[in-house]
Amino acid sequence: MSGIWWASLRRELTLIWRAPADMVQPLFFFVVVVSLFPLGLSPKPELLALVAPGAVWVAALLAVMLSLDGLFRRDQESGALDQMLTAPVVTVVPVSAKLLAHWLLTGLPLALIAPLLGYMMQLPVAVLDTLMVSVLLGTPTLTVVGAIGAALTVGLNRGGILLAVLVLPLYIPVLVFGAGVVRTAQDGLPTDGLLAVLGAILALALSLGPVAVALGLRISAGD
Amino acid sequence: MWKTIKRWYHQLGSPRYFYGFCNAVLPWLVPIALVVLAVGLAWGLAWAPVERYQGDSYRIIYIHVPASSGALMGYIAMGVAGLVALVWRMKMAEVMLKALAPFGAVLAAVSLLTGALWGKPTWGTYWQWDARMTSMLILLFLYLGIIALQSAIRDPRQAARAASLLAVVGVINVVIVKYSVEWLQTLHQGATLKMVGESSINDAMKYPLLISMLGLWLLYAANVLIRARAEVLSRERRSGWVRKLVAPAGGKGGR
Repeated sequence: MSGIWWASLRRELTLIWRAPADMVQPLFFFVVVVSLFPLGLSPKPELLALVAPGAVWVAALLAVMLSLDGLFRRDQESGALDQMLTAPVVTVVPVSAKLLAHWLLTGLPLALIAPLLGYMMQLPVAVLDTLMVSVLLGTPTLTVVGAIGAALTVGLNRGGILLAVLVLPLYIPVLVFGAGVVRTAQDGLPTDGLLAVLGAILALALSLGPVAVALGLRISAGD
Repeated sequence: MWKTIKRWYHQLGSPRYFYGFCNAVLPWLVPIALVVLAVGLAWGLAWAPVERYQGDSYRIIYIHVPASSGALMGYIAMGVAGLVALVWRMKMAEVMLKALAPFGAVLAAVSLLTGALWGKPTWGTYWQWDARMTSMLILLFLYLGIIALQSAIRDPRQAARAASLLAVVGVINVVIVKYSVEWLQTLHQGATLKMVGESSINDAMKYPLLISMLGLWLLYAANVLIRARAEVLSRERRSGWVRKLVAPAGGKGGR
C-alpha cells in the first residue's frame, strides 16, 4: 500500500513538474493580488501595515482555491480518475498523495514568498516569521478543505464560481486565525496559542479531510 | 416504547409510507403551527410588558430569536440527515436534507434582517462584525452553498449525496467559526434563554417568546414535510403506487 502511495506521489509531482505553469500561476496570482492593495488603497505605510495581514491572507486563500479548480478535472478527462477509483486500494491512499503533491508545489511556495509580500506591505520585520509560519500551517488546511469542494464539483462544467461559493465559507476559520496571529504579533503579544489553534485545525483537516475528499470523488463518479 | 420508535423509523424510511404519513399529519400540523405562531406573536407584540430600557423596540425578539434558533436547528438537522444519508444511504434522509435547506436559508436571512433592525435603536448601528452576527451570516452562506450545489447537479440522488457531504463538513465548520469569531470583541447580548439555570428574562416576556419559537418550528416542520412530500413524488414517479395515485381512473387522483 505504501508502494502505491509513493508511486502516486511521484506521478503527481512529475505531472506538475512537467507543466510548471500550474505551479507558477498561483504564485504569480498571489503576488499580483497583494500588489493591488497598495495601488488601490494608498501607499501610506501605517495604513498598509494595518491591512497587510488580512490582505496577504485573503490573497493566499484565493490563490489556493483557484489552483484547486483543476485538481481532479484533468484526471477525470484523461480517465486517470476512474482508474484511481476502481484501483484495488482505498481511495484515500492516492488522494492523500495527490493532496500532498499539490501542497508541496503550490501551498509551500506561497508560504515561502509570503514574508517578502508582507515586507512589501510594510509589515515590521519582526512579524514576518510569524506570517510565514501561519501561512505554512494554514495552507495545507486550505488545500484539503478546498479539495473536498473540487471533488464534489469535478463533473460539472461550471466548476469555478460554484467552487468559490462552496469553499470560501469553509475557509473563514483559517482566515480569522491566520490573519489574527499576524495582528497579534504586530501588537507584540504572544502568538503561541493562536498558532496552536491553527495547528489543531490542520490536524482535524488532515485526519478527516482526505476521507471526505475520497468520498466526494466517489459521489461525483455516481457511486 | 423503543420498539415503536424503531418500527416508526423503518416505516418512515419507506417513501410510500412517508407519503401517507405526510398526508395524515399535514392537515393538522399546518393549522396548529399557524395558530401557535399567531398566538405567540400577538401575545408578544401586543400584550407583553414594555421593556424598561429598550421600550417597544425589544419586541422584535419575538421574530428574531425564533428565526435564529430555527436557522441553526435546521442546519444541524441537515448535518444529521447528511450523515445518515452518507453512512446508511437512506433515501429519505436525502429527501429531508433537500427539504430542509430553503426554509432554513430564509430564516437565516430573516434573523439577519431583524437583527439589523433591532441593532439600530439599541446599539446605534445596523451592522457590526460581532461574533454571532458573523456566524449567522456564514450560516446563510453555507445554506446558499448547499442549495447551489444541489441545483448544479442534475441527478437527484447524486445531488443529495454531494449536499450531504457538504452539510456534514459545514456543521464542523459552523462550530469552529463560532469559536473563531468569539475572541473578537463581541457586542451581542448573552443568551437570555437557558435550558439549565435561571433565565434572565421575565416570565411575562418569556412565555410568548417560547410560544412563538414553538410556532415557528412547527411551521418549519410543516414546510419540510410539504417539500419532502413533493420530492418523494417526483423521485418515485416511475413506481407503481405513484402512477396509480396520479392516474385519472384512480379515484381522487393526485393531491
